[in-house]
Amino acid sequence: MSKRNITSIGSKYAPYLLSVVILGVFLLVWSALTQVPAFDANKHSADEIMMMEMNGDVTQNEAGEYIRNAGKLDAVPGPGIVFKKAVSELKAPFSKAGTNDHGIGWLVLYTLKRFLTGFLIATVVAVFMGMIIGMNKTLLTAFNPFIQILKPVSPLAWMPLLLYTVKDPFITSVLVVFMASLWPTMANTAFGVSNIKKDYLRVSEMIEMGWMRRFYSVVLPASAPAIFAGLRISFGSALVAVVPAEMLLGELGVGYLSWIEWNNLDISGVIFAIMVVGVVGFLLDYGMSKLAQRFTYTEA
Amino acid sequence: MNKKTIMNDPYDHNQPLTAGHTHANAPLDEAGSEFVQNTTTEFRQVAASSAKPCNHKSPCDCQSSANAPIAASHENIVENLIDEAVVRAVFPNDLKRREFIGRVGKGAAAAMIASAMPLGNMKSWAAESVKHSDIEKKDLSIGFIPITCATPIIMAEPMGFYAKHGLNAKVRRASGWAMVRDWGINKEVDAAHMLSPMPLSISLGAGSPQVPYLMPAIENVNGQAITLANKHKGVKGPKDMKGFRFCVPFEYSMHNYLLRYYLAEGGIDPDKDVQIRVVPPPEMVANLKAGNVDGYLAPDPFNQRAVYEKCGFLFKLTKEIWPGHPCCAFAISQEFASTNPNTYKALFKSIVDATYYSSDPANRKEIAKAIAPKNYLNQPVTVIEQVLTGRYLDGLGNIKNEPDRIDYDPMPWQSMAKWILSQMVRWGQIGPEVNFDAVAKKVYLEADCADMIDTLGYKQKKASYDDFSIMGKPFTPKDPLGYAKSFEITRV
Repeated sequence: MSKRNITSIGSKYAPYLLSVVILGVFLLVWSALTQVPAFDANKHSADEIMMMEMNGDVTQNEAGEYIRNAGKLDAVPGPGIVFKKAVSELKAPFSKAGTNDHGIGWLVLYTLKRFLTGFLIATVVAVFMGMIIGMNKTLLTAFNPFIQILKPVSPLAWMPLLLYTVKDPFITSVLVVFMASLWPTMANTAFGVSNIKKDYLRVSEMIEMGWMRRFYSVVLPASAPAIFAGLRISFGSALVAVVPAEMLLGELGVGYLSWIEWNNLDISGVIFAIMVVGVVGFLLDYGMSKLAQRFTYTEA
Repeated sequence: MNKKTIMNDPYDHNQPLTAGHTHANAPLDEAGSEFVQNTTTEFRQVAASSAKPCNHKSPCDCQSSANAPIAASHENIVENLIDEAVVRAVFPNDLKRREFIGRVGKGAAAAMIASAMPLGNMKSWAAESVKHSDIEKKDLSIGFIPITCATPIIMAEPMGFYAKHGLNAKVRRASGWAMVRDWGINKEVDAAHMLSPMPLSISLGAGSPQVPYLMPAIENVNGQAITLANKHKGVKGPKDMKGFRFCVPFEYSMHNYLLRYYLAEGGIDPDKDVQIRVVPPPEMVANLKAGNVDGYLAPDPFNQRAVYEKCGFLFKLTKEIWPGHPCCAFAISQEFASTNPNTYKALFKSIVDATYYSSDPANRKEIAKAIAPKNYLNQPVTVIEQVLTGRYLDGLGNIKNEPDRIDYDPMPWQSMAKWILSQMVRWGQIGPEVNFDAVAKKVYLEADCADMIDTLGYKQKKASYDDFSIMGKPFTPKDPLGYAKSFEITRV
């Protein structure tokens, strides 16, 4: 191989190498900060040891010696403990140990179900509304005050009102996701539609296109890049909203998992749940960007 | 019978006696006349020799012996209640009813009604067993909060008490009391674990939409404590707690009322001198650890958990404030109970059965292991064991032994309901014009529970619960409003 090929391969993979190095440094610092000294039984009286055992601070290992109870932590857990927790949770992802204890696989599916339902409904409504207000200046000005007032309201603030009126927790969580993912898509669609090149519209007028045909052949494809940009933002917004909605509604899901682990003060479980949300979000976003690539194009 | 003979609330104060009406001239109403017409002398003779005693309170010419003993046994009390209820239903008007009874005698009245209505069958509602095939809804969902107060409700699932009585009940965990309340009202769950004031507040529409709720059984007595942060180890009493920030699980909770009572007895105004916040129980320990709050009066295991996490200590068990106080309860909507009577009965049986099993100290360790996993309480086993067995670390370096730290007794005494209502009035949660007797009778099903305990073959732990004192001050069930007004610190 020539020198140039090696360099080009190297420069292609260099950023990923840097990512690995950053991760390695982070893990080293994390484990250094969470080091726990070994338990020295000689420093405590027999009474103290008995009370510590009753309190769950120490346990006996097979040899009968007292060691620190690895299952109980006083502070933030180190990366090793979180890794062990992750492994134990992922070993049985589709288990159902009871009504309130489903495996992580099921929880992710429940969260996705809520999220995707809300997101799809919001997409349809937002694109429709966005098109209308984008094409018609009067309607845009008319709707604008309402949009500006409702947009900054946190989606979680809608939850009590929705739960009180709708009464069903699943529909409430779907509507919370809906409220979260509506605004970015609507705003971007309106922007995209109002910024269609006037040339395209003039051409469609000239060849006397019907309203329907103009919509499908000109308006929709021309505003597609903007719509997809809005969808990606909405996507993130919706995922951020679904997790706390689950916490507040007590519905099984990934948000619920992090809340339950927090209630048991199991920080390693909380960290694991956070990582699951992050990974799921990353995978979905990746899929979304691949989909967007098929519909976007750069102007010549 | 005319249309007015519907089942009236016998304590309906909307039908007062008409003033100035004398006994001699008042005519019987239609129903009464009908009865008298259909009665023959035979009946009167039969009734006269009936064993039902007349208490001779109203003017009567009954033939029963004046010396007949009025049976005080549990069976007869129930029977007479039912007779009385039926007679009152036939004659809703107080005056006319007394007239009728006065003319024919109580025994005769009951016998006449018995001839038309099979009272015998009605009396042993609890004693009738429910065939598993008659249960209307076998798959039930019961809401609960992960605290040891709900132990009978929770452990009935893994230990098979629901299955034993023909139900396939699953317990569903909620993360806060408002959630349980909303699930109950929106019918997300069929029955729920609730705080003992909650069925009262929901039936009254205080702090929620008004939905008639029933409380057939209490879950636990005792089982709470005041936990303070480690930095407050020197605190001796309420006077040292000025300016503290406390947590309670819910506004309509025994925790709130007991904390306020304790502070008020020490001269501290709970609304002015301290801050009391509502926080769901599982978050209290985290808040204590983070230093957001100075203490809380919470259900176990969160008191013991604070000791486990080394961030707090047990300052006072609530059984030292009011020994035997009610805490959590099993609640069901009136609608569910009336549309699914067989399911309701089976559920009631399972709960009372599970409660008596939990009460036995020999079973506590086994129960602790059964309810600790992630599906139920999601706490370390040692924390729950310390709570249930009563052998625990108090956070001050001592091992304490209090076997009745938490106990399980299902009887929902109406005096307890009246105390709770009096405290609701005291702190301004409901108005003073509430009808204490009526609400207590409607929601706390004391007689039904006594029946159920009897049927299952258990023995009631207390024969009655009419006088109890809290921190030395006795409660007056006959005058709850006066009791609420009698405190130094009160809003009424």
